[in-house]
Amino acid sequence: MTHHHLTTPITEAQARALRVDDTVTLQRTLYGIRDATQIAMFDRGRNTRFDLAGHAVIHTAPNVKKVAPSPQHPTGYAPVCIGTTTSARMERFTRPLMQHYGVRLVIGKGGLGAASLAAFGELGGAYLAIIGGTAALETTWIEAIEDVDLDDLNPESLWRFRIRDFGPLRVAMDSHGGSLYDAVDLKARDKRAAVLATLGVKSR
Amino acid sequence: MRIDPKTIENVSKELYIRALKILPPDVKRGFDTLAAKETSSTAQNVLGTMIKNISIAEATENLLCQDTGIPIYNVTIGRGVQFGEGDGTALKAALRKGCERATREHPLRSSIVHPLTRKNEHTSCGIGVPVIYIDHADAAEGVTVEMIPKGSGSENNSWLKMALPAEGVDAIKTFVVDCVLDAGGKTCPPTIIGVGIGGTADLCVHLAKIAATRALGTQCADPEGAKLETELSEAVNMLGVGPQGLGGDSTAFAVHVELAATHITMNPVAVNMQCHSARRASATITDAGVTYGF
Repeated sequence: MTHHHLTTPITEAQARALRVDDTVTLQRTLYGIRDATQIAMFDRGRNTRFDLAGHAVIHTAPNVKKVAPSPQHPTGYAPVCIGTTTSARMERFTRPLMQHYGVRLVIGKGGLGAASLAAFGELGGAYLAIIGGTAALETTWIEAIEDVDLDDLNPESLWRFRIRDFGPLRVAMDSHGGSLYDAVDLKARDKRAAVLATLGVKSR
Repeated sequence: MRIDPKTIENVSKELYIRALKILPPDVKRGFDTLAAKETSSTAQNVLGTMIKNISIAEATENLLCQDTGIPIYNVTIGRGVQFGEGDGTALKAALRKGCERATREHPLRSSIVHPLTRKNEHTSCGIGVPVIYIDHADAAEGVTVEMIPKGSGSENNSWLKMALPAEGVDAIKTFVVDCVLDAGGKTCPPTIIGVGIGGTADLCVHLAKIAATRALGTQCADPEGAKLETELSEAVNMLGVGPQGLGGDSTAFAVHVELAATHITMNPVAVNMQCHSARRASATITDAGVTYGF
């Protein structure tokens, strides 16, 4: 288990060096993305002016406050509370994000499925697990909302955050076919029969 | 007594914000109980981060979780309470106004959209939302309002099975275990697993929600239901799903059961989960004023 300090954007080699159960702390830039953002980008042909190549995206839609634009808040948005949503709903967008935009890292909670795991392996990427429901803590890792695109989708806009010491995050899916979620799920399903037996359930 | 709708509106606003920021003491104790027994180091780490987040939210007066949820208001009205012009209508309008004001004035992320157009009015309100349940209690004095911002990660994992009478209680137990396996880490475990048993299809699902949002440490009023709660609480934590689905003993704080009588041909069971950010807040309004609690 290695701890990686990564400054985005990262290279394919850096992404492939990540192994399940390693930990990662990210610096500099992080993009916030969500259901509506990706429906717009991949189902409705909308494009973003952001260059996501080598970058990390986080499954989020933040709580923000409108303020007067300033060097600290160039977009006129100040962060209020920024956390992470369940990734599984956005499973089908992992491959196009990597293929069309060159995204290397997906940050979320609850994990992604087989199609994403295959994309991480073929294209060189990883899924980093954050602890869902700990947004007050996560907000302290975000310095500013640097920019925003597709803001008609607010709060599901495409957000660019400036981050500092973002993590530790756990590598939960890697480019070598490893998935912590699959491992836990397999073990839990193995226990199903024994657990039902303790409940006195008779198999018919 | 007569309650000014403006008071209800202020209470509605305050409750939404309080619920999002301060976790009830029973849930905090629930974390301590799980952490004391957890044998996986990964899970200890995850629980530690969750506990840290609770203190940071309080210290920075920030929201515990970014998901402002679907706002639910449960209102219990005592004897002889009036709400001014329109009574029940005035009550609902005031709750809605308070919810909207919390969203605009704090500000909070409005998580509510039209289900077909997906348009967000940025008010946390829409058709039928906030969800409002009104009940009456003969003994109660004044009005109690409970507010629950129900997170979508857990709500998206909700199930109903119209099992057969011939499948018995075994079908109920098997269904609960399978729901926990299917949910994995998606519901933000450790969860409170709400199980509704009996009633009609819709009542069964509603009972599951009541069970999932009940305070930890409370029991089902029916002795058979309470027995099932104990059995299922032990069983689900043997599966090893763990906090965030990353493995460990702490899959659920508890399994809660709520029951209703059902039809001779039916054996319905529903599961609704509450994530570890098991947020709720309540207020009691009497002649003496407003008292906030959980």
